[in-house]
Amino acid sequence: MSVAAAVETVDLAVTPLRELNQRLHDLASEPGPRHWRVVNPNGAHAIACGLDADVEVEIDGHAGYYCAGMNKRATVTVHGNVSTGVAENLMSGRVIVEGSASQSSGATGRGGLLVVHGDASARCGISMKGIDIVVRGNVGHLSAFMAQTGRLLVCGDAGEALGDSIYEARLYVAGIVNGLGADCVEKEVREEHLAEVRQLLAAAEITDVEPMSFRRYGSARRLYTFEIDNAGAY
Amino acid sequence: MATDAGWGLRESYLYDRRVIAEIQRAAREGIYDIRGFGAKRKVPHFDDLLFLGASVSRYPLEGYRERCATDVVLGTRFAKRPLELAIPVTIAGMSFGALSGPAKEALGRGASEVGTSTTTGDGGMTPEEREHSTLLVYQLLPSRYGMNPDDLRRADAIEVVVGQGAKPGGGGMLLGHKISDRVAAMRNLPKGIDQRSASRHPDWTGPDDLEIKLQELREITDWQKPVFVKIGASRTYYDTQLAVKAGADVIVLDGMQGGTAATQDVFIEHAGIPTLAAIPLAVEALQELGMHRQVQLVVSGGIRTGADVAKALALGADAVSIGVAALIAMGDNAPEHDEDYRALGSAAGFYDDWQAGRDPTGISTQDADLAARFDPELGGRRLANYLRVLTLEAQTLARACGKSHVHNLEPEDLVALTIEASLMARVPLAGMQQGLLDELADRVAVRLAEQTS
Ligand SMILES: Cc1cc2nc3c(=O)[nH]c(=O)nc-3n(C[C@H](O)[C@H](O)[C@H](O)COP(=O)(O)O)c2cc1C
Repeated sequence: MSVAAAVETVDLAVTPLRELNQRLHDLASEPGPRHWRVVNPNGAHAIACGLDADVEVEIDGHAGYYCAGMNKRATVTVHGNVSTGVAENLMSGRVIVEGSASQSSGATGRGGLLVVHGDASARCGISMKGIDIVVRGNVGHLSAFMAQTGRLLVCGDAGEALGDSIYEARLYVAGIVNGLGADCVEKEVREEHLAEVRQLLAAAEITDVEPMSFRRYGSARRLYTFEIDNAGAY
Repeated sequence: MATDAGWGLRESYLYDRRVIAEIQRAAREGIYDIRGFGAKRKVPHFDDLLFLGASVSRYPLEGYRERCATDVVLGTRFAKRPLELAIPVTIAGMSFGALSGPAKEALGRGASEVGTSTTTGDGGMTPEEREHSTLLVYQLLPSRYGMNPDDLRRADAIEVVVGQGAKPGGGGMLLGHKISDRVAAMRNLPKGIDQRSASRHPDWTGPDDLEIKLQELREITDWQKPVFVKIGASRTYYDTQLAVKAGADVIVLDGMQGGTAATQDVFIEHAGIPTLAAIPLAVEALQELGMHRQVQLVVSGGIRTGADVAKALALGADAVSIGVAALIAMGDNAPEHDEDYRALGSAAGFYDDWQAGRDPTGISTQDADLAARFDPELGGRRLANYLRVLTLEAQTLARACGKSHVHNLEPEDLVALTIEASLMARVPLAGMQQGLLDELADRVAVRLAEQTS
């Protein structure tokens, strides 16, 4: 096996999290292994957050809060579930969760791709600012709250108040939407939107969901400037 | 009778002219009043406290000869690189968006000249601001506008904003006419629309989550930088203890008088507690945890003079920060702009429409022509002058109390002018003898014991 292809394994049962993250951060300025495997994550918080390097990190097990938070460039794959705020403020790169995710997945993300193969809980994509999020299962209530830009694609159902106070983000849901939030409306799916759905499914490597089954939601842009007649909606 | 301006006209206390005008405005416009500045009502404040100064039983330090140090280190608890300040006055977070680029630059210039820090705000960090600020604190706010890990690593400290004194529990609003192309791009939003800032953080709620959030921020920045937690003064005792438990290096406590760029008047005037009442609550919380001076306390909300600085420190703060006063020092509300202010329906000394973006001084605007009127070098120099005066005044008072460091000021150096201030600041009323206070305390204790038995 060549050195470049070697996998650097870090066992969080013996190595402190601080040491793991420091070694991963050092890759921003120094050469080092390109492929990492983290074993025994045991739900630790802030695993692989703040990365800024073209590396792949695989986490074998469940991760706690803010896994891969503020990631740039790296690909982080979790073979398990994650807790609150996975890939929060993602800048670029990819974060893939094979299990399910807790609240605020991809919160305020500004770029890159987050894929959750299970379900994501409440506030998925809250305040998103350019990230793409693909959820194979369902998302909870208040997802895409105040979503600014970027795209959220949900193959399952969406909980109450989807897209509340949404700005320019584009939402696609294949299943049932249990209510739209203030200023969020269903919009026509045109050819360019279908192309976008196909592209997101392809990026997430999801092949068994029919692109034609998605409906599109976005901002009615009625709350963009304050008007007293809309006061009840604020 | 309308011409009789004498005693025949009686203004209602309840419905004075300002109240009447506000009812009329509300009926006309159908929207609450949004404005800048801080609370305008009178609340107990540092003016209600006095220093005792030295006497026979205490001796003073010689002014100008004997040293009275002013240095402060913030973030000694966990950070590898604490913030070292030459003076105990810092510049509070004020957003690019609310303020113009040149105004932010001037804040950096002025603060850096005297060895203190400045702070970003809702809207992110601008390169000019970073360049001109030797020490820059980077705010993490609920909106996360402009938030990115590069700026986090470029910052000298991180401030997690939970609340502001002007609006504890409230979010923000940058009105559409201040959203220029640049502001819009930094915030990932369309130009010209109102920008609401959430009141809650998107990815944590409650003290246990906050602890994990702080851990993440430290991990991202390799435990180098101090992490501050900013709270609006309300349930200050509990908030302070919870922020310490969550791992804060520094508590930034903003009293209800604290300035704002754009908040509902009803919020500014009617929510939160005065700075004077909040400081002893925070100090008590820190002392109980054995963390006073281990976790530093930075206090803001109505700091205008060196006397205010000295009194805040005497009550137990490690440093103060200023917002409104810094803007005034740089030229806000200056008499030379009176004509322009009057054209906007205001006047020099009264202008508070910082939300409107039409500021004739070029400070609270995103209009390129208006902003170009503001000279950041001159503004920076004035701010530096003002910061020096605040420091000299605080030192003067500290020396008079016999202190070789401004941090040696203590509540024992203070008395209060009013019962309210005495109870809030927990210092005796001027002239009250300790014996009398002890007697009162004994009597109250007996009554309390009777009530609870
Ligand atoms: C123009 C202006 C903009 C402000 N922007 C922010 C902000 O973005 N974030 C924040 O935490 N506080 C903000 N504040 C509040 C200040 O950080 C600070 O708490 C307050 O101004 C202190 O009170 P003082 O103005 O009486 O000194 C702002 C205040 C002003 C005057």
